[in-house]
Amino acid sequence: MINSSLKQLGDMLQAKKISSVELTQTFLDRIKLYNPSINAYIALDEVKTLAQAKVADARFSAGNAAPLTGIPIAQKDIFCAKGWPTTCGSKMLANFIAPYDAHVITQFDSAGAVNLGKTNMDEFAMGSSNETSYFGGVKNPWSFDRVPGGSSGGSAAAVAARLCAAATGTDTGGSIRQPASLCGFTGLKPTYGVVSRFGMIAFASSLDQAGPMAKSAEDCALMMNVMAGFDERDSTSLNRGKEDYTRSLNLPLAGLKIGLPKEFFAEGLDASVGKVIETAIAEYKKLGAEIIEISLPNTGLSIPVYYVLAPAEASSNLSRYDGVRYGHRAAEYTDLMDMYNKSRAEGFGAEVKRRILIGTYVLSAGYYDAYYLKAQQIRRLIAQDFVEAFKQCDVIMGPAAPSTAFKSGEKVDDPVAMYLQDIYTISTNLAGLPGMSIPAGFAQSDDGVSLPVGLQIIGNYFDEARMLNIAHQYQQVTDWHTIMPNLDKPNLEMPEGKV
Amino acid sequence: MALSIEDIKKVAHLARIEVSESDAVATLAKLTGILGLIEQMQAVDTTGIEPMSHSQDLSQRLREDVVTKTNLRDEFQKNAPLLGNGSSELAVSAGLYLVPKVIE
Repeated sequence: MINSSLKQLGDMLQAKKISSVELTQTFLDRIKLYNPSINAYIALDEVKTLAQAKVADARFSAGNAAPLTGIPIAQKDIFCAKGWPTTCGSKMLANFIAPYDAHVITQFDSAGAVNLGKTNMDEFAMGSSNETSYFGGVKNPWSFDRVPGGSSGGSAAAVAARLCAAATGTDTGGSIRQPASLCGFTGLKPTYGVVSRFGMIAFASSLDQAGPMAKSAEDCALMMNVMAGFDERDSTSLNRGKEDYTRSLNLPLAGLKIGLPKEFFAEGLDASVGKVIETAIAEYKKLGAEIIEISLPNTGLSIPVYYVLAPAEASSNLSRYDGVRYGHRAAEYTDLMDMYNKSRAEGFGAEVKRRILIGTYVLSAGYYDAYYLKAQQIRRLIAQDFVEAFKQCDVIMGPAAPSTAFKSGEKVDDPVAMYLQDIYTISTNLAGLPGMSIPAGFAQSDDGVSLPVGLQIIGNYFDEARMLNIAHQYQQVTDWHTIMPNLDKPNLEMPEGKV
Repeated sequence: MALSIEDIKKVAHLARIEVSESDAVATLAKLTGILGLIEQMQAVDTTGIEPMSHSQDLSQRLREDVVTKTNLRDEFQKNAPLLGNGSSELAVSAGLYLVPKVIE
């Protein structure tokens, strides 16, 4: 049951083969068993969760259930959920109780889904390994001495370990897709503006986008049907009318033009990851796709540009945490300035402080043109690369991350090495395009552990349904997405028959 | 351009983050590395390129000037900070939202 698709679970609930309370309890029991070692969840509330499950069961009895009614979903702790602790992985918000619901939470509530709990994450979503969380790192379910990726590391581990039916994440520079690759599941970052940012704690507002993290493309499509949609409370929410993201799942792929950017296969990509990606592309050829080599010449610049724009926006967004109205306040201080300085020094972790300082620096007098304006100009060049590419192909494919999951602690003291984890994902955020990562196989690490590899699919604006179709068709002829880690015996040898 | 300890202290002051002497040295090394990465941008000729702040060409939406927020006083009160002077817990439970003196 824990490995069933959302549709299968929905059918079982509808047929009353199982109640939502029973299903929810199954996941809560698994969480109790495995969360102490994995640390995927940082807030659990059985009473609240089971109360929602009871309401869901009542909806089935009353005959007004929706597709995700009764399904237990893990929520990234970046989303405000009324009455729940909402910390964004930070000491700054360690005692914050959300006074209202994020739009995403409201959508799941209206659908009758069950909130299983809040998941761990890099502090304020700044990180690629979940190691910047104030609440400690998260174990990669495939290998407990490795990271799950980040920033949506808790949601990633929860999906991979089957500690939820599906989860939400957010992706500012790769925070859904890189962990999806490192933990071996399907994650989608929609086009910027498709999912409302209302009630989602801001990191870099022009890049932040929420999306589903789930076991399959079909599950992600069902999640998107709930999450996406216009919300006037987000000034950049796009008013495009409701879409059914499952509508194209079963279309054949014959004639599909797949562009492979040569920059995604150049130096910096682990050979073992490259091999898995090539095998996946070969599978697409069998499905009738045509492969075209393309170029995204400014890919290498996406990281420098991102590390100007995202910290600049973050330094502004995080200025609200001043110790005055809510959040951490230093116990002792001499005057107002000292109160600000100490509260922020104590409340923020090292990586968040670094980014605030970088952002403050690039926006400070005399440097604006050299950094911020320059980065915005190159952002346009990066976006134009994609416009040119999509004249030649329908969809772009490549690796989602340059390597498989790395060991905890390996990159903690080297921010630049950590930033390079997002080399293949950041450019889509800068361009505002949708991107996904789907399980494409396993690669052997140097110490002999089999670790998942994700294939990235980048689509044109608003092509989510098409991308989900492309992913779904692959998942009809492969079974990588169904393979689960063995939590009682992590640090696995290759799953049987999958060498 | 090379960052100095003074730059770190100035930026930390602007960002209202206390940085000790030893922190400043460590921060200087890390930020120098990050700025080195960022410097790659300077090799690109961006003459005449329109800066891009946003991926969609959006104009600001306007709405009717009506009340849209509901009263969430009780919920907000749950996050009301204490001042730590002993009497404040009572004050918060009495419905006051206590903040330090911010006008000097």
